Amino acid sequence: MIILKEENYRTIVMRPEDSVAVALEEIPAETKLSVTFPDKKTKEIIVKETILFGHKFAIIPITGGSYIMKYGEVIGKALRDIEEGEHVHVHNLEGVRGRGDKIVGN
Amino acid sequence: METNNEAEAKFLGYKRHDGKVGVRNHVLILPTITCATQAAKQITELVHGTVSFIHQHGCAQVGVDYEQTFRTYVGLGLNPNVYGVVVLGLGCETHQARSVASEIAKTGKRVETVSIQDYGGTLSAIAEGAKAATKLVQEASAQMREWCDFSELIIGTECGGSDACSGLSANPAVGVVSDMIVEKGGTAILAETTELIGAEHLLANRAKNERVAKRAYEIIKAMENRSILMGVDIRTGNPSPGNIKGGLSSLEEKSLGAANKAGKSQLNEVIDYAEAPTEKGLVWMDTPGHDIEQLTGMVAGGAQVVLFTSGRGTPTGSPIAPVIKISTNTPMFERMSENMDLDAGTIIDGKETVEDVGKRIFDEIGMVCSGKLTKAEILKQHDFGIWRIGPTF
Repeated sequence: MIILKEENYRTIVMRPEDSVAVALEEIPAETKLSVTFPDKKTKEIIVKETILFGHKFAIIPITGGSYIMKYGEVIGKALRDIEEGEHVHVHNLEGVRGRGDKIVGN
Repeated sequence: METNNEAEAKFLGYKRHDGKVGVRNHVLILPTITCATQAAKQITELVHGTVSFIHQHGCAQVGVDYEQTFRTYVGLGLNPNVYGVVVLGLGCETHQARSVASEIAKTGKRVETVSIQDYGGTLSAIAEGAKAATKLVQEASAQMREWCDFSELIIGTECGGSDACSGLSANPAVGVVSDMIVEKGGTAILAETTELIGAEHLLANRAKNERVAKRAYEIIKAMENRSILMGVDIRTGNPSPGNIKGGLSSLEEKSLGAANKAGKSQLNEVIDYAEAPTEKGLVWMDTPGHDIEQLTGMVAGGAQVVLFTSGRGTPTGSPIAPVIKISTNTPMFERMSENMDLDAGTIIDGKETVEDVGKRIFDEIGMVCSGKLTKAEILKQHDFGIWRIGPTF
């Protein structure tokens, strides 16, 4: 992969156990950046695709079917394996609550 | 030194005969039936100082749905921002104007009743209603604002058109305000049960006792069961398309951000829709996530002022209570300055802390409760909607 940019875009990780960071400004695809955890530890991530303001990207590899964490809580389940640096949104994350459509018989 | 100012903070409100405090001095033209809403609106155009609202309710409703609508009408009339009420009915409806009026009158509040059928038609009813309203408005105008304590306030909190910043900026800042109001002996209402699905354990863990914790889980389960009974994915309605565009991926994610509005206080009570809190401190009202239905429920429960956070922007307002609208991000605040009162996007930009914005919102509450108009009031954004829990027959 060609790294087009290496800048520190503003991002936020809410809790140490979170699997996603939120972009506080638009991040172009193929950007190498550093995210900061609440305990001030940092980690370098290569953001694979454009992340719009307010959207999330994975800061660890996430296995399909496992829970995705933000605020230290479950925000849904991975629909497939998600790579570190991938955009995490409705295309690869699904909510698990209020799912009347999942009830057998419907 | 700031602490001293806050401790002495008061606002200029209207002290009512029942000990409650209003921050506005409206005369409410209250149509108990959809057929009377147009006449009610005409009265507000004739008489200065009156407010009303358009709705589709009040007839052919039964059981708990009837009761909830009735409770909402009475609660709105009883809101301390209302000096007096003209209850306007058609005559033949299920929700009788005189039943609503007599409930309001029990508290000693000034009430007049007009019925279109009894008075011989629309024009006669408008004339009678306008005459009654004129008298009440003049009486109301003779009442002066006096210094009041924040312990007299019930603030409603609400978020609508959320984005990924809601849980980072405006909602935590409202949480700071909610805690400040609670510390001063006032009441803060958290609502939007739908948008607390996935965050209920965080609130139940802060409940005053087992009973309150149990009730918190019960109302969440009942809300979630509605989607299950219908066999639908709740995500088809919530998060909304705007929420998703803003970066929110699931209802749980939205809920965890929304729960921040409740600050860190102990949860003292869980109440029904449009019910008045019996406890001070943090109270959870069972409402849907629908902005207007939630707003109406909180105002019917006695909220004199409402804090409304938004990431996408919203025009929402109430005919009775000022709604202070707070943006979660600065670009939207600048784009929708016609509608938004305060900006919490400064937290995202690193210019202010959550506590700084919380204090700024608190100061604004003091000014608004003393008479400063909100954008929604200036634009006459008189939204109204009742949470219906049964079919119309």
